[in-house]
Amino acid sequence: MSALLSIASVSKHFGGFTALSNVSLEVAQGERLGLIGPNGSGKTTLINCVSGALKNDAGTITFKNENLNGLAPHQRTRRGIARSFQIPRPFHSMTPVENLAVPLEYVTYRGVAHKHDIKGEAEAILQDMGLGDKMHASCAGLSQVELRKLELARAMAARPALLISDEAMAGLSHGEVDEVLAILFKLSGTGITIIMIEHIMHAIMRFSERVVCLDAGQLIAEGVPTEIVKNPEVQRAYLGA
Amino acid sequence: MSGKMSGKMSGNMNASAGSMGGNNRIFVIGCVGVLLAAIALMAGVKIDYVFNASFVVLQFVVLASAWNILGGYAGYVNFGTSAFFAMGGYSALFMIKAFNAPLLVQILVAACVAGLLGLGVGLISLRLRGIFFSIATVAVAIILETVILNTEYFGGAKGLQMMRPEPMAPFESYDKMLFFVMILMAITAVAISRYIERSWIGRGLRAIKDNEEAAECVGVPTLKLKLIATVVSGALMGAAGAPLVMYMRFIEPVSAFSLNYSVSALAMPIIGGTSSWIGPVIGALLLGSVQQIVTVTISSELNVLIVGVLLVFFVVVAPDGILGLVRKLRAKGGTSGAAGSAKGGAK
Repeated sequence: MSALLSIASVSKHFGGFTALSNVSLEVAQGERLGLIGPNGSGKTTLINCVSGALKNDAGTITFKNENLNGLAPHQRTRRGIARSFQIPRPFHSMTPVENLAVPLEYVTYRGVAHKHDIKGEAEAILQDMGLGDKMHASCAGLSQVELRKLELARAMAARPALLISDEAMAGLSHGEVDEVLAILFKLSGTGITIIMIEHIMHAIMRFSERVVCLDAGQLIAEGVPTEIVKNPEVQRAYLGA
Repeated sequence: MSGKMSGKMSGNMNASAGSMGGNNRIFVIGCVGVLLAAIALMAGVKIDYVFNASFVVLQFVVLASAWNILGGYAGYVNFGTSAFFAMGGYSALFMIKAFNAPLLVQILVAACVAGLLGLGVGLISLRLRGIFFSIATVAVAIILETVILNTEYFGGAKGLQMMRPEPMAPFESYDKMLFFVMILMAITAVAISRYIERSWIGRGLRAIKDNEEAAECVGVPTLKLKLIATVVSGALMGAAGAPLVMYMRFIEPVSAFSLNYSVSALAMPIIGGTSSWIGPVIGALLLGSVQQIVTVTISSELNVLIVGVLLVFFVVVAPDGILGLVRKLRAKGGTSGAAGSAKGGAK
């Protein structure tokens, strides 16, 4: 049992609609996992069940050998699960540094009595993410790619063991995709486990060690990237062949 | 409304840890100064009307500061200030009727009752956000008013008249005593509001206001923080309502639950600026004084109109309130910046 995250027979219904049906998945410590599937296949629902934004109707989700069922999202974040949002959700009344100060204060240095240099640490993370020149600017002035980087930076400020990147590259240019990919590779290099949801196939192919494919709420395929693209099920459901 | 307000919020970096010690000293000196001025006023002025009028203005400083903790910092617009205020008043009435309790005990009990009411309203925020939360707070006020209206013990619709006891030792009149109690409450409320704004609670509430889901996902215990905000805000409003019985010598539901309290408590922070503790203070002092002057010189009906017109004016022209205007002037820099800070300092 070396899996960091273990999703066992998880189901989720919205009224009569089955968003996830009996999904089981294990993610190993340090792994780079790609999660693909057509729109509406349940990728974000699965992520919401893991991060706690949604409660799964059936099954269990275990993280670091602890059952997560019933834990609020902030409690899961404190246990080491961080996520970025598909549509960036910055704290827009704050500067990027202040955005990062929230997880630094509420997770990383929670309950620590003496004053840490939270501002300094936030600046260091933003510098690392390539947002060095925008650290104290208003969030309203950030471009799309900068907002995506801010999402990742804010997630990283909580010092997670597992980072879930929900379509961090959608709508970005080729060069910008490479920038974000480079950041994710760098984070992976520090030992963080990463689940990447993405539609951009070349990014998935380059980044993932293993890819799983969801379709209509079911896990239909799993394997290394080169196998996955050849899988007829995946081609039918996703690649449109 | 909350959505619009949060969208327009300007984001200044909170005072960094280094400069906070100095600011705290200035704040404490300011509070002591206000207290000394009040004592001097009580010693020097014989006319009770001055204290009567100041009492009302100070009451609004408490209400506006309390409202801002939830409405300004967390973005949950409470339209039911009158419910908390009146529950404070009726709790005091109960303590007088049942135990003949002194004013201090009345205030403490009122704060506890209104704090519990705040807890209930906080739980509403689990399911309702934005305008729906605001409507629910109106409903709470209407329900409680109906309950009081039909409770014979509290005098029902015709209300109850109460005799004032003798003022306590150092005070020569009851009006002066109430004034002094209210100024202490105002200082307490402002200090609490300022503490919350600058502490970890304030940063979390701002995150909630900006995006509640994202706040939860970066580790902010949103429910806990919202409950802290609703309980503290409610308790302060209840405390402000406690002296009402002795101030009016009379209490009845329609005036105690008056929509006027709800609207003023919301208008004052918006006019002053919701992003900082000083905003509601500026708004309450300004609007409260204008209301008092207009009530005496023109008519008591007109002051409601003035609140309305000023509110609309500020929402349209200066959505960040007087604080926002001052900041804009400062941001322009140079000479206009100096003028802006002078204006801010004068307030």
